[in-house]
Amino acid sequence: MNPILSSRWAKVVLFVLCLLPAVLLAWRGFHDELGANPLERITHATGDWTIRFLLVTLSVTPFRKLFNQPKLARFRRMLGLFAFFYGCLHLMTWVWFDKFFDWHEMLKDVVKRRFITVGMTALVLMIPLAITSTSGWVRRLGFVRWQKLHRLIYFSALLGVIHYYWLVKSDVRLPLMYGAILAVLMAYRVMIWRKEASARRLAEQSRVLK
Amino acid sequence: MLIGKSSDLRYSQVTPKREYLNRRRFLTTGSAALGAFAALGDARANAKLSAIKSKFSTDEKPTSFEAITHYNNFYEFGTDKEDPSKNAYKLQTSPWSVKIEGEVAKPMVMDLDAILKLAPLEERIYRHRCVEAWSMVIPWIGLPLNALLKKVEPTSKAKFVAFESYYQFRTMLASFLAGIRFPYIEGLRMDEAMNPLTLLAVGLYGETMPNQNGAPIRLVVPWKYGFKSIKSIVKIKLVEKEPLTTWNLSAPNEYGFFSNVNPQRDHPRWSQARERRIGEFRMRETLMFNGYGDQVANLYSGMDLIKKYF
Repeated sequence: MNPILSSRWAKVVLFVLCLLPAVLLAWRGFHDELGANPLERITHATGDWTIRFLLVTLSVTPFRKLFNQPKLARFRRMLGLFAFFYGCLHLMTWVWFDKFFDWHEMLKDVVKRRFITVGMTALVLMIPLAITSTSGWVRRLGFVRWQKLHRLIYFSALLGVIHYYWLVKSDVRLPLMYGAILAVLMAYRVMIWRKEASARRLAEQSRVLK
Repeated sequence: MLIGKSSDLRYSQVTPKREYLNRRRFLTTGSAALGAFAALGDARANAKLSAIKSKFSTDEKPTSFEAITHYNNFYEFGTDKEDPSKNAYKLQTSPWSVKIEGEVAKPMVMDLDAILKLAPLEERIYRHRCVEAWSMVIPWIGLPLNALLKKVEPTSKAKFVAFESYYQFRTMLASFLAGIRFPYIEGLRMDEAMNPLTLLAVGLYGETMPNQNGAPIRLVVPWKYGFKSIKSIVKIKLVEKEPLTTWNLSAPNEYGFFSNVNPQRDHPRWSQARERRIGEFRMRETLMFNGYGDQVANLYSGMDLIKKYF
């Protein structure tokens, strides 16, 4: 067992680290260090961090299994909630600095502009996950049902990457990189699922044969 | 070329004092790009330029020199807005010549000094509207493109003008993954090119053109989206057919050949009704033809500017 991962302080340190991008952005904003178009910078940075946290959250299980570090699972909830946190900041910058709370205009955009449609869907899908992230909700739903619900994060991440890909003008390097990372993380899961399925089949067969 | 001569219009007159002082501080503390300029020994870099006032200038407050030179789309030097300010020092702007060919009676290769002698330099403070829905006010210095076109005597077959940017992969490595084709090509219809608003700019804010803004000579077409105003021009070709232009080739439904600023015609992925003026918090309403309708609307009478000729 890794003593650092099981330490009480590990979560505190991780919390501070996860908050750092937001703090840095705010600090640089107050000191006028966000370039010529600070609102664009904030929109891009919060969007970037949303996708990054989604990908980090999705990395927890593969890393936990590959490196046999079961304690890593302790951090998954916090990472997922930070993805939601940055997603909310991202939405806020759009609602406030881009649309100035013009709800009619926003509704039109969500319907008309496909990159906004998928981005909004990605964030909306994260709401039930954030709400049911507590241990109480795991108990209430039962682990199997809870886990099924939380697979929505795969779609959130996928739609997040598509949102980014559809938005850039011509330089698709970053969205493609995020897409590639997501593909690897999902490929690992598919591999595990197939392994588990064939193990179940074998167990089933041996039971029948007995 | 007029360097270091005093003129009746001084830089400090078109600039608020605060901005002016800011720029001083910026120049003295120095950026890597400007330092490298000096190291290359380019005498022309940021030399003073004198120019006469123009009736076409807006009296709106110019965007800061800092923002104009650190928020650029110049994909040859990278796709981040701040990339060109870091990388464009690699652009060798001297010596520089422009080849003018095609449907002209007098094809020629003109060096920069010869072009500067075609007409008196004017300061034109223009609104600049990017297709990405941000805008600036830029005090350009330049001369009307029509002065150069008249010199080469276009033939009756000259219906369009195609422009080509300088391209050298060795010094523009960042362009490799920019996602558009190089060299960058742009084009205008002949009457657009001859319009007195259309400017060949060689400087801004009273100085020669900073590299990241398209040194040493670039086009400025203030009623069209910024990408039409091609940078660092090396070739001008007069042609009979509408030329294939870079962004139009990349996404024909998003970037039309005309690309006039038009708040009614949305980009397929975002609205063009409003814009963020750099340095301002609130969005502004975008004006038809970027507010230059009086001078150019007649060029497009009877044309469907929404569906067909966008």
